[in-house]
Amino acid sequence: MKPIVRFDKVTKSFGDTVILRDFDFELTPGERVVLMGPSGSGKSTVLRILMTLEDIQDGVVYIDDEPLWHEGVGNNLKPASDKHLRKMRGNVGMVFQHFNLFPNMTVLRNIIEAPMKVLKLSRKEAEARADELLARVGMSDKREAYPNSLSGGQKQRVAIARAMAMRPKLLLFDEPTSALDPEMVGDVLQVIKDLAAEHDLTMLIVTHEMGFARDVADRVCFFCDGQILEQGAPSKIFTDPAEDRTRQFLRMVLHEEPASEAS
Amino acid sequence: MGVTFDQIIDALLQGAYVTIWITLASTVGGAILAFASGIGSLSHFAPARWLSKTYVQIFRGTSLLVQLFWLYYALPVLIGIHISPVAAGILGLSLNIGAYGAEVVRGALQSVDEGQLEAARALNFTPGQTLRRILLPQSIIEMMPPFGNLAIQNLKDSSLVSLISLSDLAFQADDLRNRAFESDTITILGLTLLFYFVMALVLMGAMRLLERYFEKVSGREVAR
Ligand SMILES: Nc1ncnc2c1ncn2[C@@H]1O[C@H](COP(=O)(O)OP(=O)(O)OP(=O)(O)O)[C@@H](O)[C@H]1O
Ligand SMILES: [Mg+2]
Repeated sequence: MKPIVRFDKVTKSFGDTVILRDFDFELTPGERVVLMGPSGSGKSTVLRILMTLEDIQDGVVYIDDEPLWHEGVGNNLKPASDKHLRKMRGNVGMVFQHFNLFPNMTVLRNIIEAPMKVLKLSRKEAEARADELLARVGMSDKREAYPNSLSGGQKQRVAIARAMAMRPKLLLFDEPTSALDPEMVGDVLQVIKDLAAEHDLTMLIVTHEMGFARDVADRVCFFCDGQILEQGAPSKIFTDPAEDRTRQFLRMVLHEEPASEAS
Repeated sequence: MGVTFDQIIDALLQGAYVTIWITLASTVGGAILAFASGIGSLSHFAPARWLSKTYVQIFRGTSLLVQLFWLYYALPVLIGIHISPVAAGILGLSLNIGAYGAEVVRGALQSVDEGQLEAARALNFTPGQTLRRILLPQSIIEMMPPFGNLAIQNLKDSSLVSLISLSDLAFQADDLRNRAFESDTITILGLTLLFYFVMALVLMGAMRLLERYFEKVSGREVAR
């Protein structure tokens, strides 16, 4: 099957600091991939490049065989115009660590605003979509509430519904539970698991929740210094990692969050 | 020589009318300029940024009185355009207060969390939609207290228009003082102060109401 996402020798740097060098990476349609790795290794950067929040300095990123940050064909690529980026962005959605709900809008409005203004759905269609998603994430009773009155876990569930309402092919999660109180983490992870079970959308998830990764991921990538050091099925990576760095990292995560390994 | 109490009140009311008019018109004009220039200074379009910054620098860096003189006395000589004292007064005050307001608008827009912009981008909103539906509604509440101060400042600054021959409250007070017996000076100037103070109170009250309205719009409490 042809990949839905392909990084081809991508280089990303901030000033003189190179974060990704000749980075290669692929996702197959429908695949659920978890990225793990030490802080500062570039996991968020990979997601942010796909969401067009960070540009790249070299190489090509393809979504469905079409260059994301470039326009043109073959070797004749030029930097993407705003129009191209807008078109490509329609394929991708993102759930952020700090939710980033719009505080000036109700829960419902947060979800229907982009479908109405960007996808040009009618209000009725957009609300139907929103209501279905709100029911799915267990937030129907908070339809008219403002984000500030919600708990972190509730906010994140709304943020997931908001991203889903745009019907992306690829959904990115950047540490969706790491800003939550421990008792909220389970609910949010359950919502993501349910979505994974019911939809065939591709998911790329940065998380250190190993129990969750074991349930959801087809593949776990251990990310280190801008490279994938080791990858494979969760059962393989978590029980019998080949690399010392991976083993060290997993021991550290386990030590920090013993609860997440209980499952 | 000498003026009656009724004449004093009458003249001061006439002056207050001019002052209120000029203050309101130039506060609205200033707000429009403030938004245009504050938003322009954050534009991706370089000439808009350049224009906004130049405007703010020039009008913050020079005296209001000299700006009024330029509009009223220098423009006719320079390019042959005559504008009425009222127009010159309103334009001068608007341009001046707009330059200060632009900095308020810019600061408030920049205070919105970066994550809001990222979410807007991820949902594929256009820059215009992001500004109208996310940035402005969230930041307008932050602009209100400094806007209130600027409006009061504008009310007080408006007394300078008396120097380009407009009969505002300050002009009438000075005129009365010249015509009246010296013993009436305190009455005249005392009433003038009171008039300005009452107008300032009304202005502050109006700003408080606006603030309360925008508090609802923004979903954010105003930080005091
Ligand atoms: N805007 C920026 N300017 C300069 N350096 C940046 C910027 N954004 C990220 N970096 C650097 O890039 C590197 C990778 O950052 P990234 O956020 O991708 O790491 P991460 O793996 O997601 O880490 P964490 O687990 O802490 O979220 C870090 O060293 C970070 O300091
Ligand atoms: Mg990160």
